[in-house]
Amino acid sequence: MSEPVLELEVLRYRPETDQDPVFQTYTVPYNSDWVVLDALTHIKDNIDRTLSFRWSCHMAVCGSCGVMINGEPKLSCHTFLRDYYPGKVRVEPLTNFPIERDLVTVADDFMEKLASVKPYVITEEDRPVSAGEHLQSPADLNSFKQYTMCINCMLCYAACPQMGLTPDFVGPAALALAHRYNLDTRDAGREERQEIAASNEGVWDCTFVGACSQVCPKAVDPAAAIQQTKIASTVDWYKALLPWGK
Amino acid sequence: MGEVMDRRPYVREMPKSWWLGQRRYTFYMVRELTCLFIGAYALVILVGLFRLSQGPVAYGAFVDALQGPFAIAFHLLALVFALFHTVTWFGLTPKAMPLRLGEKTVPGTAIIVAHYAVWFVVSATLLLVARA
Ligand code: SF4
Repeated sequence: MSEPVLELEVLRYRPETDQDPVFQTYTVPYNSDWVVLDALTHIKDNIDRTLSFRWSCHMAVCGSCGVMINGEPKLSCHTFLRDYYPGKVRVEPLTNFPIERDLVTVADDFMEKLASVKPYVITEEDRPVSAGEHLQSPADLNSFKQYTMCINCMLCYAACPQMGLTPDFVGPAALALAHRYNLDTRDAGREERQEIAASNEGVWDCTFVGACSQVCPKAVDPAAAIQQTKIASTVDWYKALLPWGK
Repeated sequence: MGEVMDRRPYVREMPKSWWLGQRRYTFYMVRELTCLFIGAYALVILVGLFRLSQGPVAYGAFVDALQGPFAIAFHLLALVFALFHTVTWFGLTPKAMPLRLGEKTVPGTAIIVAHYAVWFVVSATLLLVARA
């Protein structure tokens, strides 16, 4: 009996020769404990060395191997062939990102957006190391812990139709991180972050499609973070109208 | 050293039909569409209030007009869309308004149930007031 095989259709784009991206079909051995990344690695090692894709940890931690698998944004290290076999698996670079080459996308815009929300603890005054630990209770930690789980895999950006329709949108992961630091009891940087987060390109470009949270491999729930930021920003706006508001 | 290759990032256009073919996007678009029916229904109520302000004859004509088959069909349709709108939005409320009591997070279902409870109380009160 012949060994079982699976067909993998991969979107290829070689900027030096391809005018437009084209699909290329590869036949790989089917292995029930292989993930899509294993199949891609098999192609690279044994069939076609020119295929380009990103990966690093192979354990859903580094966030580099996000691709579209049969139209869904997924981590290729986290998606088993057995869930598709004997059907075909179609692999494309993440939607809403320019293609650099094959499955590799250009992530510069995402990186800039991420940095724009100042995703780090900003304290009122500089704390010298001699001040010791900045204590926080487990309850305080729990109020934002889920938002710390983000691995910057950008699956949520690929899932979000607003990202495609209004490319200036700051986007789910960056806004979730802004929310994460705003909720952090050690942080005093909310006002600085609000300049971006509460702007039109911030939370107000979001129409609550909710797809970001559905595809997130880390249960971060960026959609929730964005809606909470909308409510808090609206409260700010009303407060500013009051005579004793600032 | 290999030669340096020119970069030529390829931007894929978003097809106009992006919301067809993927259930979650179609569902979202239907949810957005419901606002048209809710808006139209609000207009009908506003017209009714305006006719009421013009006196009993005008209001009577308005009520009569609502008995027509077209008006009934519209109201049935608006009801379906309003229910879809309400149920889907209530389902999303725990995301927008998570509640914490001390160290515990209030379960999402409790928040959703509370919304239905308030909806019921408000509707019942309105009906009682209307009957009185
Ligand atoms: S929020 Fe989730 S989907 Fe978005 S980048 Fe972070 S881990 Fe990935």
